[in-house]
Amino acid sequence: MAELLAVLYARFLNVDPRRPDWPERDRFVLSKGHGAAAIYAVLAERGFFPRAWLETFYQNGSRLAGHVTHHSVPGVEVSTGSLGHGLSIATGMALAAKRDGAQHRVVVLLSDGECDEGSTWEPILFAQQHGLDNLLAIVDYNKIQSLGTVTEVMELEPFAAKWEAFGWAVREIDGHNIDEIETTLQAMPFEPGRPNCIIAHTVKGKGVSFMENDLLWHYRTPQGEEFEAALAELIRES
Amino acid sequence: MRTAFIETLFDLARNDQRIVLVTGDLGFGVVTRFQNELPKQFVNAGVAEQNMTGMAAGLALSGKIAFTYSIANFPVIRCLEQIRNDICYHNANVKIVAVGGGFAYGSLGMTHHATEDIAVMRALPNMKVLAPNDPAEARLATQAIVSTDGPCYLRLGRAGEPLVHHEEIKFEMGKSIMTREGSDLTLVVTGGLLNYALEAAAELSASGIEARVLSMHTVKPLDCEAVLAAAQETGAIVTIEEHSLIGGLGSAVAEFLADEYHAPVRLKRIGLPDMFSRKVGDQDYLRAEHGLDAAGIVSAVKDFRRFEFDAAMAGPNIAAPGSSRFA
Repeated sequence: MAELLAVLYARFLNVDPRRPDWPERDRFVLSKGHGAAAIYAVLAERGFFPRAWLETFYQNGSRLAGHVTHHSVPGVEVSTGSLGHGLSIATGMALAAKRDGAQHRVVVLLSDGECDEGSTWEPILFAQQHGLDNLLAIVDYNKIQSLGTVTEVMELEPFAAKWEAFGWAVREIDGHNIDEIETTLQAMPFEPGRPNCIIAHTVKGKGVSFMENDLLWHYRTPQGEEFEAALAELIRES
Repeated sequence: MRTAFIETLFDLARNDQRIVLVTGDLGFGVVTRFQNELPKQFVNAGVAEQNMTGMAAGLALSGKIAFTYSIANFPVIRCLEQIRNDICYHNANVKIVAVGGGFAYGSLGMTHHATEDIAVMRALPNMKVLAPNDPAEARLATQAIVSTDGPCYLRLGRAGEPLVHHEEIKFEMGKSIMTREGSDLTLVVTGGLLNYALEAAAELSASGIEARVLSMHTVKPLDCEAVLAAAQETGAIVTIEEHSLIGGLGSAVAEFLADEYHAPVRLKRIGLPDMFSRKVGDQDYLRAEHGLDAAGIVSAVKDFRRFEFDAAMAGPNIAAPGSSRFA
């Protein structure tokens, strides 16, 4: 999801770090609230708050909790952390924009695991009924959830076909390909009158050989030598 | 109360485009005029209360005053986490409206008995909880929640409740309305039982007991001043609610007195025991079965008074009669 967030904030979302509450800004909702570290890093990089705050992440007395929180963190639209909430909130924002004739867009990033939640499918039904083509749902489809692979736990395939059957305009992309992410984002709305879905195929732990596709790293924090090795691989790749 | 609510909301919405009514596919014949005349301010979320509630948060975070509307437990407990995280944590300007508080949909069975809603809503930070006692209060409560920023829960009855306040009343969120003067004890009532409480007070008066009656239309924030005055001036308080004894008005009053009132006062809570009602019947029938009608209130108050007298004779260590009912 790092590439997705980087492209969204560097090249797509119309936001202004000097005016985080600017009414015409694009809205971004990170529904997979456990991805907090990534959004905080991107917001700091984009100038919403000092990079020094990142050093406090997860620590006692910090502003930056382990799941996304809007409280005291400029640039965060909504707090998340319980899965299956973000798409409804984003849908309400998109509906408000439509009713007001406003031009801003609403983007929400979901995990594949949270597509197990029934509450994710309620707004999927609603958004097509109301033709919310100003709404974009991106699914970080890394195919691993808390206790196993998506296929082992709760198969989502045929995944794109499901969204399409619910009336959404769907694009499938390589979620690590910067150019493909940008080109696809810029094509929004994919079809006027239909909500937009990007299924971003990703690899969990991408770029660190010993982390890729390993469930352990959903939970484990790299320390010492592991951290140095991971960093070295990421630097080498970039 | 339902009619008072929707008429008031319609009038307010006509002059305030921020108001959006989101229904969970309920309100047949009730929301029709609103839907037809204010289509841009009306949303049917379908039978999907979690999305209704999360969306309402999104609408509110975009500048709307969003009302979610459904019956009994559906807009409250079905979507509780959306209320807690999406609405309350963001202090979003969403008003949750439940028609059918208590046993209003009694005959429909347990699923439609809203008897723990006040407790659940009261526990959430930032949430205000209103349970008006008659259509006049429902009308004014609707106005009050529109003019108050932040999450509010409005628990309504259904249709056809008697008008209790025949004269103009001063309504303020968090301030009770003294409906009857009295100095022997105070009846504190919420959620539609005010007419029974007044009937009970009249009967008690015939037996020489003068009850003060407070309409506690707002359970949170509680009117602590009025409870304090009741404790000091009447020495005995009886709370009355069509709700579980756990966590509702009686609990709120008991909590306040335990924390803040450090003098003797006697308290009795009239409400529903910690069990599901398995009885089948309409609201009045179920109220009577559970001792929430005027006769039930009179008899509970007389027991309470008798105990007071016995206690004075026997000293402090006597158990309350009938306490097993609440065990």
